[in-house]
Parts: sequence; C-alpha cells; structure tokens
Amino acid sequence: MPITMRINDQSVTTAVAPDRRLLDFLREDLGLKGSKEGCGEGECGACAVLVNGQLVNSCLVPLGQMQRAEITTIEGLVENSALSQAFIACGAAQCGICTPGMMLAATALLAEHPQPTLDEIRWGLSGNLCRCTGYGRIYEAVAQAAKGGSDD
Amino acid sequence: MIGKSPHRVDGLAKIRGSALYVDDLPCPNVLYATTIRTASAGGSVDGVIFAPHIDWSDFIVVTAEDIPGKNAVKLLEDDQPVLVEKRFRHAGEAVVLLAHADRELLRRALQAVRVLETPLSHPVFDVDEALLAQDEIIPGNIYTDYLLDKGNVDLVAGIADVVIEDILVTPAQEQLYIEPQGMLATLQMDGSLLIEGSMQCPYYVLDALVQCMGMTKDQLRVVQSTTGGAFGGKEDYPSMIACHAALLALKAGGRPVKLIYDRGEDLRVTPKRHPSRTRVRLGASRAGELQFVDMDFVIDGGAYRTLSPVVLSRGVIHAPGPYRCEHIRVRGRAVATNHPPFGAFRGFGAPQSIFALEVAMDRLAKKLNMDPAALRHKNLLRSGDVSPTGDQLGEDCFAHPVLERALSESGYHERQTDFRQWNAAGHATRRGIGLATFAHGAGFTGNGELYLASKVFMQAHGDGQVEILCSNTEMGQGAATTLVQIAAAALGLPLAQVHLAQTDTARVPNSGPTVASRTCMVVGDLIQKAAAQLLHKLHLEAGLGTAFSTFDFAEACSRLKAKGGDLLVSASYQPPTDMLWDEQRFVGRAYASYAWAAYIAEVEVNMLTLETRVLNFTAVQEIGKAVHPQIVQGQIEGGVVQGIGYALYENVLWNAHGVMANDRLTNYIIPTTADIGSLRVILMEGGLGAGPQGAKGVGELPMDGPAPAIVNAIQQALDVDIQQIPVMPENLLALSQVGESFPCQ
Repeated sequence: MPITMRINDQSVTTAVAPDRRLLDFLREDLGLKGSKEGCGEGECGACAVLVNGQLVNSCLVPLGQMQRAEITTIEGLVENSALSQAFIACGAAQCGICTPGMMLAATALLAEHPQPTLDEIRWGLSGNLCRCTGYGRIYEAVAQAAKGGSDD
Repeated sequence: MIGKSPHRVDGLAKIRGSALYVDDLPCPNVLYATTIRTASAGGSVDGVIFAPHIDWSDFIVVTAEDIPGKNAVKLLEDDQPVLVEKRFRHAGEAVVLLAHADRELLRRALQAVRVLETPLSHPVFDVDEALLAQDEIIPGNIYTDYLLDKGNVDLVAGIADVVIEDILVTPAQEQLYIEPQGMLATLQMDGSLLIEGSMQCPYYVLDALVQCMGMTKDQLRVVQSTTGGAFGGKEDYPSMIACHAALLALKAGGRPVKLIYDRGEDLRVTPKRHPSRTRVRLGASRAGELQFVDMDFVIDGGAYRTLSPVVLSRGVIHAPGPYRCEHIRVRGRAVATNHPPFGAFRGFGAPQSIFALEVAMDRLAKKLNMDPAALRHKNLLRSGDVSPTGDQLGEDCFAHPVLERALSESGYHERQTDFRQWNAAGHATRRGIGLATFAHGAGFTGNGELYLASKVFMQAHGDGQVEILCSNTEMGQGAATTLVQIAAAALGLPLAQVHLAQTDTARVPNSGPTVASRTCMVVGDLIQKAAAQLLHKLHLEAGLGTAFSTFDFAEACSRLKAKGGDLLVSASYQPPTDMLWDEQRFVGRAYASYAWAAYIAEVEVNMLTLETRVLNFTAVQEIGKAVHPQIVQGQIEGGVVQGIGYALYENVLWNAHGVMANDRLTNYIIPTTADIGSLRVILMEGGLGAGPQGAKGVGELPMDGPAPAIVNAIQQALDVDIQQIPVMPENLLALSQVGESFPCQ
C-alpha cells in the first residue's frame, strides 16, 4: 500500500517496503542527507526529525508508520531563524555531525518551552549526544534563540 | 583579529545540514563494502570457505593475495597486515573484503563466508600477565621500554620522611566521534585512485596507500571529507580502511566503493585509549617537599605496535607532573597483548600517567595530614626551576597562578568547610572537592617536529583572494577558522578574503598530521611566515605599500599575475635553536611550550545508589593566547566532559576474545546534557607560547585533569582510596563492603 506523507511541506507518496527505516528513505530515496546515522539504535539523536511536531529518531521509525505524517528534517527548518543564527553566533556546531539533530531537538524544545530554563534545555536535549562541545555552547545558543536571536 | 571570536567558517553548512560527510558524498552506481574478520584472539587462518549457495561472481572479493604492494599498514613499524594471510594476533582482524551494489545481499554474504582458524591456546589480555607470559606475541611482549631517571631514587627512597605507594589503573576509552569511520574509493579513468573519507591525517593515508597499493603518490589522491569528530581516533585507523576500500576499488572497474563502519564494528575494531597500570611511590619531607617520584607506568599496546611508542613517550614525560623534584624515576613500557591495537586519543598517554600521579599526590597529602592544595603549592614549579626532564624553566611557567586562580574561583577552602558540615549533617548524599594540577606539552614530542619538516603554501589569486594550503584538517576543533584568522591577521586582510583549501593531497603540501595540538601552534606559525613572505613578494614584485587597503592588495595581486608572476609562497618548519632533546635518556626540552592548568571538581555521591554527580567544575588554564576564545572555550568544555566520562561513566568491557563487548551506545555510556553540572572555564593568557601571538596547544589539556580531580573529590567525600576509573556505583559498593569508612545505605 502506498504511503503518503508530507516532508518539509511537500507531499510525498511512496510504495517502498513499509519496514524501510525513515532515515534511509530520507537519505537515500529523497537525498535529504542532513539527517545522520550515528548509532542506528536511537541512542545518539543524530538522525532526529520532527514527526507531527514530536522529536523522533528516524533510524527507529519504519516508514509504514508514517502514513499522513507531517515530517520536518533539518532541510525543512527556516534558514535564518533565530535558532540558526544563535547556533552560529555561539559556536554551537563543532564537528557538526550532531548539529542537525540538535537543531531539531532545540526546535521541539522551544516549541514546548519558548523561554526554557537551563534545566529544561538540559532535559530537552538529553536524547542528543554531542562529543565535541560538552554542550555548553549549545545551551547558550538555545537560550539566546529563546531571547529572540543573535546578540552580536 | 587574533583574540576575537568571528563566526566559524564551517558553521553555516553544518547548521543547515548541508556539509558533506563521507556517507553523504554523491556516488552514483556505488558498491557497498564489508569486512570479514577473525574471530579468535590470535592464531592462524587455515582457509576461507565461501558457501556455495551464493553466486560469488556477483561480488567483488578481495583477500591478501590481491594486494599489489606490501601487506602492511604503514606506520612506525610494518607489523600490522592490511589483510590477514596466515598468522594473526587479535580478534577482528580483516581477512576478506566484499563489495556489492545490494546491501541486503552483502549482509547475507557476510554470513556465508567462514574463516577457518586455529586459535592461540593462551591469548593474553592483561599487561602484567603479558610481561610474564611464556607464549610471546613479540619478544618479551614489550614494544617499547623507556626510562626517565634523574637523581638517585633508590638512595633517597630509603631516607624519605613519608612514603606512599599505590597502584592506579585506567581503562580503555573510546573516542566516540559521532560520525563512524568510513572511506569512499574510486578508480579513475587514468588508472589513479581517488580516496575520500573521514580522517585527521591525509598524508598518513597517502603513505599507507603508496605502500599497500604499490602505486606512486601522483597515482593516488586523498581528500578529506567533512569529518564528524576524531579526537585521535581517526589518526591511524583511516589508513587501514582506505587500503581496504582502495583494494576493492581496484577490482571494481571504476564503480565507487563505499566502506563505512556501523557503530558496532567501529567500536569493536578501531583503536581506543591505551589502558594503563601504574605503580607509584612518592616520598616527601615532613614539611611536604617532594623527595622522590618513582613510577612504573605500563600501557596496553594491543596486538600491533601502531602508535604505542609515542603514546608511551608522552605518558612518561608527563608522569612526574609540574613539580619540582630532584629524584625521579619513571619506567614506561608499552606491552603487547591480544587486544585490538590501542591508539591515539586526546591526551595521548598523558591522561593515564597524570591520573596516577595526581591521585597519588592526594594520598601523600593525606598521609602528611596536609591539604592537597597546600602540598601542591609547596611543590609546583616556578620560573627558574628545573623541570622533571632537566630543562630550566623560563618565564613561561604558570603552575602557581593557575592554582591560585582555581582556588579562589571555586571557593575551594569555603567549599571544603561547607562539605564537611554537609557530610556531618546526615544527608542522603556525601560531598567532596578535589583538584588536579598539571601541564601539557604542545606539538610533537622532542625532535618530532624536526622529522616532520612541515611545509605550508599560501596561494594568492588575481582577485586578491588568498588560500591557505596545508594538510591539517578541520574535524570540529575549529582549525579551519583559527588558521584563516591567523592568516588574515598576518596579511592584514578581512577574514572573508582568506580561505582554507580543501585538504586534498593533489593540492596541499604535507604540513604534518593534525594531532597533539600542533595545528594552531606549529602550523599557525608557518602560516604567519608564509603570509609575511607573500606580503614581501607583493611589495618587491608588485609595489604593494606597507600600509594598504584590501583594494590595494587585490590590485597588487592582479598586477603580479598580469606580469606572469607567481602568487604562490611556501614556508617550512625551522627548529628552534634552544630546543635540545635527548630522546634516549628523556633529558632536555620535550616540548616547545607547555600549557598549565588547575582543575577543581565538586562531587556529590548518592549514598543509596552510590552514583556520583559532578556538581561544579572549575577549569583554569594558562594557554598563552586564545586565538579564538569561543572555540577555545568549546574545546575545553568538550574535553572536560570527555574527562568526566572517563572518570565516571565510560567503561569498555571485554569479551572472551579480547574485543569490546559493550559495542553499542546503549551500553557504552558517554555524558549527556542530563549528566553534567555547572562547568566554568577560565582562560589565562601569558602570551609566551611558541605559536601565533604566544599561543600554545589547548585541545589535549582538558582531558588530563578531570579524572584525577573527580576521583580526589570522591575520595574526600567518602574517605576511601580509589584505585581505578571509571568510578561506577559497583566499584564504590565493593569498597564499602570491604569495611571502608562509609556505610552503604
């Protein structure tokens, strides 16, 4: 049975196997390579996307569950948002492999808590591993985005 | 411009998700590759059986017979095979490579190849057992045996007032870059090979390919793709993967071959931090003056030599710490076992030996009934003192200032009082504060830079744009931005006019590997020199004035180009005249510059679960000059968090074959945002380092201090002696059960 979903505001219909991972479908079939595979078992969050506004790890999601879903990947985020400006201003991306997942986690966090406390930021990002930053610059970026953008 | 924090040059592409990592590179018609490995911890391969139910003519199959050049991964010694032919030393060695367009078929094929092995009867995984083993992997099972021997330890040990002795143990640690390792290899129409992938050291990969493929350098082109973290883990092993991918590509008729490890394979076979075991004896006078330091430092090198000798050397040099002491003996041995080889990881031997010394220093303080800070204060090096390697220190010595600053910033003494009260009040937790003082040498050890003879190019273009050409890689640490900043400052041009060329061995010269914090300090210095030459050339040959605008610069470039002039300049490493190092006896100046640090950890142990949390962490370091303070801060925060992981969470477990058993992110635990408390980073800049405007190395430093500071804090909280990391609840439970002083509730 074909699966129809909206990905980054575009309607997509596919007949691929329903057990195909959403991550592979995004990367290989649609060429949306911003979602990364870090572990393949839902631990690192590098493949995180939004499904109906919820943060999920796309490596764990079979495509068959995506019927009529609204999916946002890093490619679908607003390009010059307060969040992306804050990530740049704060140096929140180092090697960058976790960054797309972090951006989506931060997007979901800010949707739920527009003015998050540091503890809310910590919990909101706790499903996304970063090995470079020690998370400090990322907290700062999220806090700055909540304030409405870049300070510099 | 140096000392400011402009936006990272690589920031935007990474934040938009458009940066291309090896798995993202476009490669139509690609073949996927996989590796069939040995299962036993050493032995011999007696044959390989390909199950008949699979049509193998569909697959590219590579074995040792297909290697056109030498079957050895080029590094310090050619002992490690690219593919096992007969004898092997550890589980997980590559025997057969397969490639196919269909990943599902490839997965099935992987199950259909059987390697027939005769396993070793007595594999050895413990360093002390290896030193005594009858069945040797190499003679004596010792790769390298170093001795730093100053004064007369045996004589002084007999008359020291107070002596402590202990054994400290550190585990393997996984780098855990979030991007697994991988390479893409493509045979070009002209018979040359293009290798793209995730790596720190493109010229190591190139040299390895030359040796294995039997091709010349101009038949091979190595290009670094955006690299998703490395931390040392992509220093040597990419050479292995590149050789594998290249061997498959050679038989693939021009179709690209993609060899990317999944997380489990990456964890099982790629190198990790060397486990260590240190016997340490310290002696002091009643007043707390160090009288002798005696250490027997042993690291597990695994089954092949790889980088172990240099890891050991750094570990030995850093072992006696930043202390004044006339009688020092450090014996260091890198031992062969049947584990997969251990390798480079941020700090490179120093975190292991510094851990042993700094925990031992707290033992000594306890026995002297002195505060740990007071003991350090008494012994830390000052300008004019002689270092453990016999080098007289000049002005660039900040051991005391960093300690004073860390004590005041953390409120160390007040905290101690607070915590004593807290612990006496019967709360469900115990609190403690601990410190570590240390220094870290930047750049290759001793004469290493001399042997590297690094070279950089600077290429101006007719429109006034300037490119830096060097082989140093951006892997997240900020090198691309920092090097552009250094060049722009030296040229007097805006940042947007200077670019770091892609690390492509067809274009960039060999400026050495991206390791040991040498990129900013050593290569940065070369870039400044190249910039000065470029300006000089434009002055002489195109009339560029001493004061010029961006427009004037572009005009001069254009004029020189129109005349047919060459807009390329180069700079090569010249060794400093005052740096003499005897690498046999460990005497002299081991590093051009040391960075100095004092780290203080405040911890809380839950007495019900025995879980330890870091409440506050204060990291004070003197780093010469922060070229880009924001990048430096990010580096230090990231390093400290890796160090917290090393101290508390990261526990490599071994299966019966000596391979990492917890080969998943589900059970190899690195710190998340939920685990880390408040972390303060304080930079001091003395401006006396060997790099641009006095910069020194910074990347490795933050890995050295957290583990001993945290362990010292836990020891204070619980009044126990901890001998190994990570300090997991089960370790504390065991200590509580052998009748130590704290009750487990």
